[in-house]
Amino acid sequence: MNISEKILARASGRKEVSPGEIVEAKVDVAMVNDITGPLTIKTFYEIGVKKVWDNNRIVMVLDHQVPADSAKSAELHKIMRRFAEEQGIPHFYDVGFGGVCHQVMVEKGHVRPGELIVGADSHTCTYGALGAFGTGIGSTEMAAVFATGKIWLKVPETIKINVTGEFQKFVGAKDLMLNIIGQIGADGASYKAMEFDGPVVRSMGISERLTICNMAVEAGAKTGIINPDGKVIAYVKNRASKQFEPLKSDANAKYGEAFDLDVSSLEPQVACPSSVDDVKPVSEVEGTPIDQAFVGSCTNGRIEDLRMVAEIVKGKRVKKGVRFIVTPASHEVYLQALKEGVLETLTEAGACVCNPTCGACFGGHMGLLADGETCISSSNRNFTGRMGSPKAKIYLASPATVAASALKGEITDPRRL
Amino acid sequence: MEIKGKAIIFGDDINTDLIIPSKYLTALDLNDLAKHAMEGLDPKFYEKAREGVIIVAGKNFGCGSSREHAPISLKHAGVRCVIAKSFARIFFRNAINVGLPVVECPLILEKTDDGDELLVNLAEGEIVNLTKNLRLQASKLPNFILEIISAGGLVKYLRRRLEKSGEL
Repeated sequence: MNISEKILARASGRKEVSPGEIVEAKVDVAMVNDITGPLTIKTFYEIGVKKVWDNNRIVMVLDHQVPADSAKSAELHKIMRRFAEEQGIPHFYDVGFGGVCHQVMVEKGHVRPGELIVGADSHTCTYGALGAFGTGIGSTEMAAVFATGKIWLKVPETIKINVTGEFQKFVGAKDLMLNIIGQIGADGASYKAMEFDGPVVRSMGISERLTICNMAVEAGAKTGIINPDGKVIAYVKNRASKQFEPLKSDANAKYGEAFDLDVSSLEPQVACPSSVDDVKPVSEVEGTPIDQAFVGSCTNGRIEDLRMVAEIVKGKRVKKGVRFIVTPASHEVYLQALKEGVLETLTEAGACVCNPTCGACFGGHMGLLADGETCISSSNRNFTGRMGSPKAKIYLASPATVAASALKGEITDPRRL
Repeated sequence: MEIKGKAIIFGDDINTDLIIPSKYLTALDLNDLAKHAMEGLDPKFYEKAREGVIIVAGKNFGCGSSREHAPISLKHAGVRCVIAKSFARIFFRNAINVGLPVVECPLILEKTDDGDELLVNLAEGEIVNLTKNLRLQASKLPNFILEIISAGGLVKYLRRRLEKSGEL
């Protein structure tokens, strides 16, 4: 079996499972945020159960609209706080204590290799970077998980992607993933798991692996996953308070599909408006004027991303007329960037550094777009209306490409600065 | 289980930000939410949907966010069923869980025009275009999923199950 099948087999108490089978699985961790949580809570009470199945296995994070951007959001946050208190949920991350939910889950040790994690957020697939099977579900389904601790899942077929070669300077995980989505399409991995392997993936740090698995859902995948190695085990041991038992794909594991990808000649990639799979090499869109540049989100708001941006903008100024919004993915990232002087470099260059939130990425607050404006963003979606006006245009790229573009005021290849 | 309604046609990759933009997600009143369903694609959608319609779409319907507000807003706007070439998986599960029937049919877009009268038989996985007098084969849902839909969604289904086993 491959890693996804092994995790689902263990979670459902079976020796073996195969693609297409429907299993009833026990959930190790369940996560909700301030967009999906209130509806989960309302539905949980409708079911009629009084207590959640396991208060220690639930994580609640306020991230999409923090600090509350309206009286309505404040009400939603209140519902979350009250529920956490009433149910005695210890892992509740309020404003100022967490950040973007997926980053918080990883940093605070709630994601452990070999576990089955469901989150009421589509980017729950991020957790595969640490060898967990993470998948997104909706609020009603989450209410059922809160009540029973169980969920039915179809064992997915797996696409294996073997990445070889060597990245050029300023080309990396984000470019690789945009390229893959461009090749297979926004539904290219629908209902399937994407397993990433090969020397390039094995040489990647945790941050880059998170970027890759995070965007698996943009190809329709149920999860993105990487076999956990020594780096992952060390990272998780440092942060988790629970024991865990990693699982790995067998050498003779079966895959629905497998393909190789050599990244040696890969250019920086850009997803054009308004589809994540309309991907072009940066050279084809270079010179497109921008009004805003955004670095942040669960895809690319980590310390490694901010360091890369600081390296590019150090001693330079953001082009007049461009807003450069930077949102660290969590308070831990924010603090680290503060200590290292990264935030100082960014602020001196003219970036507007915001508190950790999903804000601009999901079109909530902190950097929305007006009619006719163009933004280049390090986030994961460029759908029509995603970041404000439905008449705005969004390009997706790596933090390096976004930073270079912010300096020039137009889409720019970071290798040519 | 039979569902009847007039077809409203949409294309491929209709994502959750188009179905219900994020700025409306703070609405706790489901009818308020419904008024904004699909507004970016068709400002008159809510008006049209009131009479009870069936959405017909291309591939990857509901891709993007896990927001359940997407199927909920469609259901409360008056959508009785969504027939698409294929669905994004989270939307598919969410729709079933909130009691909005979803059916996959590879030929639906080619064989349907806006306003055609459709009859969907969920148990048989069959769609009849009454206007064109055509029969189309659609995917058949497993029995336990049909039970969730006929119970009116996951909450009612689960309540029934928990009551039976004495856990409620």
